[in-house]
Amino acid sequence: MRFVDEFRQPELISKTAEEIRRLAGTKRHYRMMEVCGGHTHAIYRFGLKDILPENIELIHGPGCPVCVLPMGRIDDGLAIAQEPNVIFAAFGDMMRVPGTRGSPLEHKARGMDVRIVYSPSDALKLARLNPGKHVMFFAIGFETTAPSTALTMMRARAEGIRNFSVFCNHVTIIPAIRAILDSPDMRLDAFIGPGHVSTVIGCRPYEWVARNERKPIVVSGFEPLDMLQSIVMLLRQLQAGEAKVENQYKRVVPWEGNRAALQAMAEVFQLRPYFEWRGLGFISQSALRINDKYSEFDAEQRFEVPGIRVTDPKAAQCGEVLKGVLKPHQCKLFGRECTPEHPIGALMVSTEGSCAAYHSYEHRKAAMVSLSSIA
Amino acid sequence: MSAPASPPAASVPIRFRDPQIEMAHGAGGKASRKLVEGLFAPLLFGAAPGPLGDAAHVNINGTTVAITTDSFVVKPLSFPGGSIGELAVNGTVNDLAVSGAKAEALVVTFVLEAGLPTPVLEAEVRAMAKAAQDAGVRIAAGDTKVVEHGKADQMYVTTTGIGRLIHGVTIDPCSVRVGDKILLSGPIGDHGITILLARGELDLEADLRSDTRCVFPLIEALVKAAGPGIRWMRDPTRGGAATSLNELARDCGLGMVLFEDQIPVRDTVRGACELLGLDPLHIANEGQFLAVVSPEYADAAINALCLAPGGSEAQVIGEVREQPAGTVLVTTLYGGSRIVDMLVGDPLPRIC
Repeated sequence: MRFVDEFRQPELISKTAEEIRRLAGTKRHYRMMEVCGGHTHAIYRFGLKDILPENIELIHGPGCPVCVLPMGRIDDGLAIAQEPNVIFAAFGDMMRVPGTRGSPLEHKARGMDVRIVYSPSDALKLARLNPGKHVMFFAIGFETTAPSTALTMMRARAEGIRNFSVFCNHVTIIPAIRAILDSPDMRLDAFIGPGHVSTVIGCRPYEWVARNERKPIVVSGFEPLDMLQSIVMLLRQLQAGEAKVENQYKRVVPWEGNRAALQAMAEVFQLRPYFEWRGLGFISQSALRINDKYSEFDAEQRFEVPGIRVTDPKAAQCGEVLKGVLKPHQCKLFGRECTPEHPIGALMVSTEGSCAAYHSYEHRKAAMVSLSSIA
Repeated sequence: MSAPASPPAASVPIRFRDPQIEMAHGAGGKASRKLVEGLFAPLLFGAAPGPLGDAAHVNINGTTVAITTDSFVVKPLSFPGGSIGELAVNGTVNDLAVSGAKAEALVVTFVLEAGLPTPVLEAEVRAMAKAAQDAGVRIAAGDTKVVEHGKADQMYVTTTGIGRLIHGVTIDPCSVRVGDKILLSGPIGDHGITILLARGELDLEADLRSDTRCVFPLIEALVKAAGPGIRWMRDPTRGGAATSLNELARDCGLGMVLFEDQIPVRDTVRGACELLGLDPLHIANEGQFLAVVSPEYADAAINALCLAPGGSEAQVIGEVREQPAGTVLVTTLYGGSRIVDMLVGDPLPRIC
């Protein structure tokens, strides 16, 4: 299969892994954060830890949009959908994320009209097909998905569709990286930069990471060879004492980003003064709201929003895991009270959540007596 | 679902604690298993039902027959490559086949929604008749119920089948040994992805057909060539190959190690799975089966399958190892490996 198999070639992977081992040596320990949840998923799915030397430690970052959403926002969205004739539309990722009284799927089982959509424009299509109902799209995601939400609202306005709104939870990646770097308990050597977010924002917004924080950052693709090559690039920078932004994912990510996508976002959104992130707390200018020009599509303005704030269960350490301070299995609830079937935190739900990835792909492997006989 | 016969016991603990039934309880993965083992089995089969196979063996006056049942609630009713009527026949015939039995007779129950157009029903009944004829099984009896409009989704079909045991094969997860080979009859995921796309909710198009078919001729060929070496068989429907193999791993306490590059998956299915963030090992099949065969019979088994009509893509996809006990592990050519768990809930497409 094109664009997949080329990046999973065993010989090239072995060669690149060999290069990593050579560069990493044995003397020094490297801590690299993969910011994006897609990378976290890929690391587990492709078993990259089996390939990497032990002194390269990958720390999972906060780039899983479902995971960083505080439970109160889910409760708010579901509260709106309790209104008569409202259809709650969201991406598949959201469906199992627990609110205080259950996930969207559980609400669906109790009779709420909950639909899975693959893109915001599918939600708009639902609105066209159901003129007697109101379709509320529960929007999540970083800059990766925000442009398509923006374009959908622009289209809704152009078509004069009135039974459609967006409950906007879009967040932005740069403030999250800044929050990680400001966190006193983090000691990171380098960043594997998010791939899909960067298709929109480009590579420039990371320059301060290299310049001010002196941390190398390589924007990376999601196939095994992409990620291994990015690690090679980071190791080379570290050994040369350099810190710069590099783009490994050139086949997808333009250095300057996607101007049309950024324009669509600028047309529809404005920065919120602050927004609550699970585990990271309130971060200023870290999220998007719908601007006044498009307020007719803003579910937060059209409906009464309870503004629910829920603290995470005390024992759950989602925040520490999100910041990379704890590994998933170091949380007290991991695999006991919190499992993919009965998740307490969203990190256990999303395919990009580090706990879910670790639980499904890794944790029993870690407990095994010996892996050497298997590979 | 089936289990050895034993009288219901009044004091069996009910371990099923979920407050309400969710869609996941019917998706064939972990939640389904919890419902069966935690509520149905203790109340209906008595204590500890043991490994649950695809069909039960029932002894009547010295003759053992296999019996099983399956309900079909697929949406849409017809899809590229098949329809609910055909599935309803093949599904039950296949459950019997992988239990080492040849389906002899089926009984069928229709639950119909008032307002269902007769031509739709007729087309499905014709599809059933044809599938039954192709599989060489008689439809012996039936029942019909009609519910109010809106209380069911067009039509549901339940088929119950009774089968004659094939000589020379015993299916028992506990007979699986370290070193046994894991065989797969052909490419996985065709059915599940076809249905997902046929629902039209994803706006994706692909040239793909459901794999629904009767697998008995393949099983017959396999038994003829390697009967004494066959330890276990299963048709990996809902929950996919990963769920079937996880159940086996748990039942026999051994590790199922799969070689990713050996698992046949069509490019269209792989592509759809990559896009949607799904694992082909979790996707439903309706015309494939898994078999565990002792190593000395593995070559004969594969040769027989490959020569049989519709078996040319059969593959050895892995082997049974001592470790990781009770677990399914997928290894890649480049030395990575990952655990593949049972499906949790329904497969849901992801965004980014």
